[in-house]
Amino acid sequence: MIAQETLTPEEMAEIDHEIALVPVRRAAAIEALKIVQQHRGWISDDSLQAIAGYLEISPEELDSVATFYNLVFRRPVGRNIILLCDSISCYVMGYEKIYEQLRHRLGIAFGQTTPDGRFTLLPNACLGTCDHAPALMINNELFRDVTEKDLDEILDRYH
Amino acid sequence: METPLTQHISFDRPCYNLRDYEKNGGYQALRKALSLSPENITNIVQASDLKGRGGAGFNTGMKWSFVPMNGHFPVKYLIANADEMEPGTFKDRMLMEGNPHQLIEGMIISAFAIQANISYIFLRWAYKKAGRLLRHAIEEAYAAGYLGKNILGTGYHLEMYLHTGVGRYICGEETALLNALEGKRATPRAKPPFPQVSGLFGKPTIVNNVETLCNIPHIINNGPDWFKSLGKGNDAGTKIYGVSGRVKRPGLWELPMGVSMRELIEDCAGGMANGYGFRGALPGGASTDFLVKEHLDINLDYKSVAAAGSRLGTGTMIILDDHTCPVGFVHNLEHFFAQESCGWCTPCREGLPWTEKILLSIERGEGRPEDLNLLEMHTRFLGPGNTFCALAPGAMEPLQSALKYFREDFEKHIDQKKCPWR
Repeated sequence: MIAQETLTPEEMAEIDHEIALVPVRRAAAIEALKIVQQHRGWISDDSLQAIAGYLEISPEELDSVATFYNLVFRRPVGRNIILLCDSISCYVMGYEKIYEQLRHRLGIAFGQTTPDGRFTLLPNACLGTCDHAPALMINNELFRDVTEKDLDEILDRYH
Repeated sequence: METPLTQHISFDRPCYNLRDYEKNGGYQALRKALSLSPENITNIVQASDLKGRGGAGFNTGMKWSFVPMNGHFPVKYLIANADEMEPGTFKDRMLMEGNPHQLIEGMIISAFAIQANISYIFLRWAYKKAGRLLRHAIEEAYAAGYLGKNILGTGYHLEMYLHTGVGRYICGEETALLNALEGKRATPRAKPPFPQVSGLFGKPTIVNNVETLCNIPHIINNGPDWFKSLGKGNDAGTKIYGVSGRVKRPGLWELPMGVSMRELIEDCAGGMANGYGFRGALPGGASTDFLVKEHLDINLDYKSVAAAGSRLGTGTMIILDDHTCPVGFVHNLEHFFAQESCGWCTPCREGLPWTEKILLSIERGEGRPEDLNLLEMHTRFLGPGNTFCALAPGAMEPLQSALKYFREDFEKHIDQKKCPWR
């Protein structure tokens, strides 16, 4: 038997709330993934099995959903997540320079996490603030008209 | 000039709460609509010639008219598509952050018109501020009796939920959005059946873009003739137009439908930034064909932009300047489309990464002359009729027009074995 994680009572209560809003249990799959990720930072195989069991679907089916969406993390991430917009308006306005500086400053490329677990750096499709490109998000906060000069000060806010 | 959509939007102050919105005429259109028959509302919207502002440009009232109204369908859904992810598009964010109650009022009227009792706002994850404001506005609307049971004493009942997605461009495609709401992979569905008949959980469903829904209260208040009179030429109403890239003042403006491209770029956006020249523009997001200098005087309405070989799309324009490499520009677009392909159908899943790789090799100076033919082949193989949904055909629009208008730039890369811009 593989040791299985279980969902916490708090996670189950939040998932139950979502299940009550939809006609079939499995329709809460994305919400359930979001809830567990909110609590645990990412979706491990054990977490995935626990959620799948709770929704009464197979882990494979849930994994097909989890791996489809850009912001469900199936690998551990850092304490802070930098989402750098790499779409067209930010390309024209020079996001590549911001990326170079982030790489230099943090020593990580897209898809990587700093060894101290402080930052994960990810590319993100258009953040929808194209008149203030280049743009990035850290956790829930949006930064616009980002210049190489601003970057150090922005990063210093996150620990 | 009338600007109904943005008249109550100012970012110098917090957005209107319910009381401010009501003081400025908010929810009067809902009161009026609830005194009309649902069919009457649909007829008014159809007569106004409001076309979907998400990019496809289909008559909104006609879309609603396909929903069965014979009483055999007790469950129906109305969904606001707020998954704004078309690169270069940022208009719905402004409407939701600027006046969330306008969207909610438009949704309640639209849901009443199709007699839906459940509504969703499908919001993209990144729009945190819009999410906060909408959540609060929905609570206010419930407390005031605009949502919930027996709305304004009419017996009409509507629930409204905010759903935030977890990031995938294809969720903006309306049938993929339905799958996402059902907790599945967001792959598009085969049509027919159309969502109007069999949509969310197999029930009749209408999915409308945020900007489309924001127009509804104004059409109900002022009538279809007023709405038609707002447009300049072929199309009715106003439009939120946008410009991003190397212009003096990037931004968004509510203008009469059919304003010229020159007015938008030169008068609104202030022309090109100092030291930069204009080479071309994608008129309505990443999945539209380039327009170039010779098109500057065309009017930005559905028909005129189509006649010039492109699409109005979302109406938010991305400028290609003379310091930016067109090959790099198109490579950036195809990288996006390749990543965001849902993988369901072969031409899109295999063709887009191939396209991206060819463009990258040309950009790096490793291109071969025959690569241009290969790219042209892709624009046909991934074009309309060969794929399951509109993602890949949309991805081919900027590529096919770049090969037409900027061919010498592609050839220079191949001849010089490097990117002349780097």
